[in-house]
Amino acid sequence: MKTIIYIIQKEFKQIFRNKGMLPIIFVLPLLQLVILSNAATFEVKNIKFGYIDNDHTSTSRALIEKFNASTYFDVLTDFPSEKLASAAMLKGEVDVVVAVPHYFERDLQKEKHTNLGVTINAIDGAAAGVENVYVTQIVQRFNQHLKVDLIQISDKQIQPISIETIPLFWYNETLNYKTFMVPGILVLLVTMITLFLSGMNIVREKEIGTLEQINVTPIKKSQFIIGKLFPFWVIGMGLLTVGLILARLIFNVPMLGSLPLMYFYTSIYILVVLGIGLFISNFTDTQQQAMFIAWFFIVIFILMSGLFTPIESMPKWAQILTEFNPIKYFVEVMRMVMLKGSGFMDILPQLLKTLVYAIVMNGLAVWSYKKTT
Amino acid sequence: MKRFIGFIKKEFYHIFRDRRSLFILFGMPIAQILLFGFAITNEINNVDIAILDHSKDATTKEIINKISASKYFSINQFVDKESDIETIFKKGKVKAVLNFEKDFSKNLIKEHKATIQIITDATDPNTANTISNYVNAILQQYQKELNKDITIAYQIVPATRMVYNPELKSVYMFVPGVMTIILMLVSAMMTSISITREKELGTMEILLVSPLKPIQVIVGKVFPYIFLSIINAIVIVMLSIFIFNMPVQGSLFLLGLESILFIISALALGILISTISATQQTAMMISLMGLMLPVILLSGFIFPISSMPVPLQYISNIIPAKWFIIIIKGIMLKGVGLQFIWKETLILLGMTVFFIGLSVKKYKIRLE
Repeated sequence: MKTIIYIIQKEFKQIFRNKGMLPIIFVLPLLQLVILSNAATFEVKNIKFGYIDNDHTSTSRALIEKFNASTYFDVLTDFPSEKLASAAMLKGEVDVVVAVPHYFERDLQKEKHTNLGVTINAIDGAAAGVENVYVTQIVQRFNQHLKVDLIQISDKQIQPISIETIPLFWYNETLNYKTFMVPGILVLLVTMITLFLSGMNIVREKEIGTLEQINVTPIKKSQFIIGKLFPFWVIGMGLLTVGLILARLIFNVPMLGSLPLMYFYTSIYILVVLGIGLFISNFTDTQQQAMFIAWFFIVIFILMSGLFTPIESMPKWAQILTEFNPIKYFVEVMRMVMLKGSGFMDILPQLLKTLVYAIVMNGLAVWSYKKTT
Repeated sequence: MKRFIGFIKKEFYHIFRDRRSLFILFGMPIAQILLFGFAITNEINNVDIAILDHSKDATTKEIINKISASKYFSINQFVDKESDIETIFKKGKVKAVLNFEKDFSKNLIKEHKATIQIITDATDPNTANTISNYVNAILQQYQKELNKDITIAYQIVPATRMVYNPELKSVYMFVPGVMTIILMLVSAMMTSISITREKELGTMEILLVSPLKPIQVIVGKVFPYIFLSIINAIVIVMLSIFIFNMPVQGSLFLLGLESILFIISALALGILISTISATQQTAMMISLMGLMLPVILLSGFIFPISSMPVPLQYISNIIPAKWFIIIIKGIMLKGVGLQFIWKETLILLGMTVFFIGLSVKKYKIRLE
């Protein structure tokens, strides 16, 4: 026990002696949490909008006015020709162009039916889909308005059947994106810091040559590893704590579930990450290699965690791969406990998988450590 | 000059001797781009939903069939009462519950109107909103079928054309983004670590007292990595063309030049990082922690920049990746030439010059 305490002391001293690292470990992640949580939104707004009015009638002007009044569409540019409009779209100056055809009003009155040209920059497919919905909604509302205006009272109307939908958004009525992203980004930061620090640590001693010295001392492998990893575990838990406080104070993210449950889960989760870090350390000779591997996995873990893009949308094989992604479980648990108030039984499947993962990873790490030294 | 070439040769030897790192350097980007190109999409597919049907009549059955036939939804379970919704949401099993009111068919026939509640788990606001929109679209289609006999007068029908990506493929978004992340981080990480490594091991001092000028030392160290990153870029572009059918509408030559510019700017950033860090560990942490999330989140790779708060939109301007993403999307998908992206190119060029200038200055100070 005494040996462990000594080595923990040594590790802490080493970490805190390196003044350049302290801000990177504590300030940089939290700064990113505060700033970047604001960036992560899929909401589509401030759409750059342009139009070509070939008709110049009161109807066409009224329609354009509807777009103007909408809060989604931002800059309204009047293009004299299709050619100029598509040049502007190439330059990225507009995202949506609505072209009112010639004889728009006349056709509408005569044939009760007319087309409206809509061009959408679809490089971002998801945004383009949403923009299409917005345009359609505005035109539909305008159609209804037209009916009221143009239909003579003598026109007998059969009432169409309508199915009314009432959307109810539970747990986040205002569809505030930040309450969703903040827990997720906090997960990332805790994971990245603990993984990078632990992954680099032992290989660093290898590279400098001090690991040899430690290996010839009477310290047991398990003592050494526990002593090595414990400080990072503490740093991870510390980051989580500060992050949760910031989430509460700055973003007003709710904490509906149990805080002790959150900490209990995190304490096991960090063991998984530390196990992976140790494992990487064992298999590499230089810090450079260790970091490349850690980076490789972290990018995959991040993009396949369900944090930014939904897991259900991935192909089946990819969904199976995500079962091995620890970040996925942490993100799920964080969001469930904080935002929905899920309890112990609700997160039990994630908890068990994480626990098994922790045991396997650390087992592998300790085993491979013995072998290589 | 001869000395300089000799130095570059030495650097190349260093890199090629370390087979493991080389393998990592080339293997990883390939693995990542394949994985992400196939797996990542922000479309909504196969979302698990539950049904709460108070009416259980022919119409609700028909609607349920329509919903389950769409590729967007798969019906996970049927629940009997409102209180069950909370339970399944808390377990995270389904993302939405459709709640049909009592006497649905009857209401529809008698009053021409019936109601469905779309209850969504809005912890994920984007998915919740999209689900709600998709259900609405399916219902509207169904309504149209029901109202077949009634001609609706005075209709303006939008004829929508999706340009540059008619099939709305998300891979067109993700390939340029992943390419950017890989080039940025690999280049910046590699240079920053290789220079700090010399510092940490003490060999940098030796280089600096050698007859080589500091600028030659830096260029010599960076040159092999420019070469490696260019190969990486070529591999990525080939993969995106041949495996993901990404078009290259514009000039491949221009794409190459712009990629080299971006690689150099990332390398320059790496040099700058190495001048402010004393150990490999610090250099790594700055390039990984400092660059990864900002590059992913602020470059417009996943999240649209125009939707961000205005201060963040300003901050995004100092992220070189943002400009590069605009450039590659422009060349690959829109097929534009330099006359449309000269501004972005100039900004990248300016950043590169700035990074290099700053690092050279720092190194001079060290030498004195």
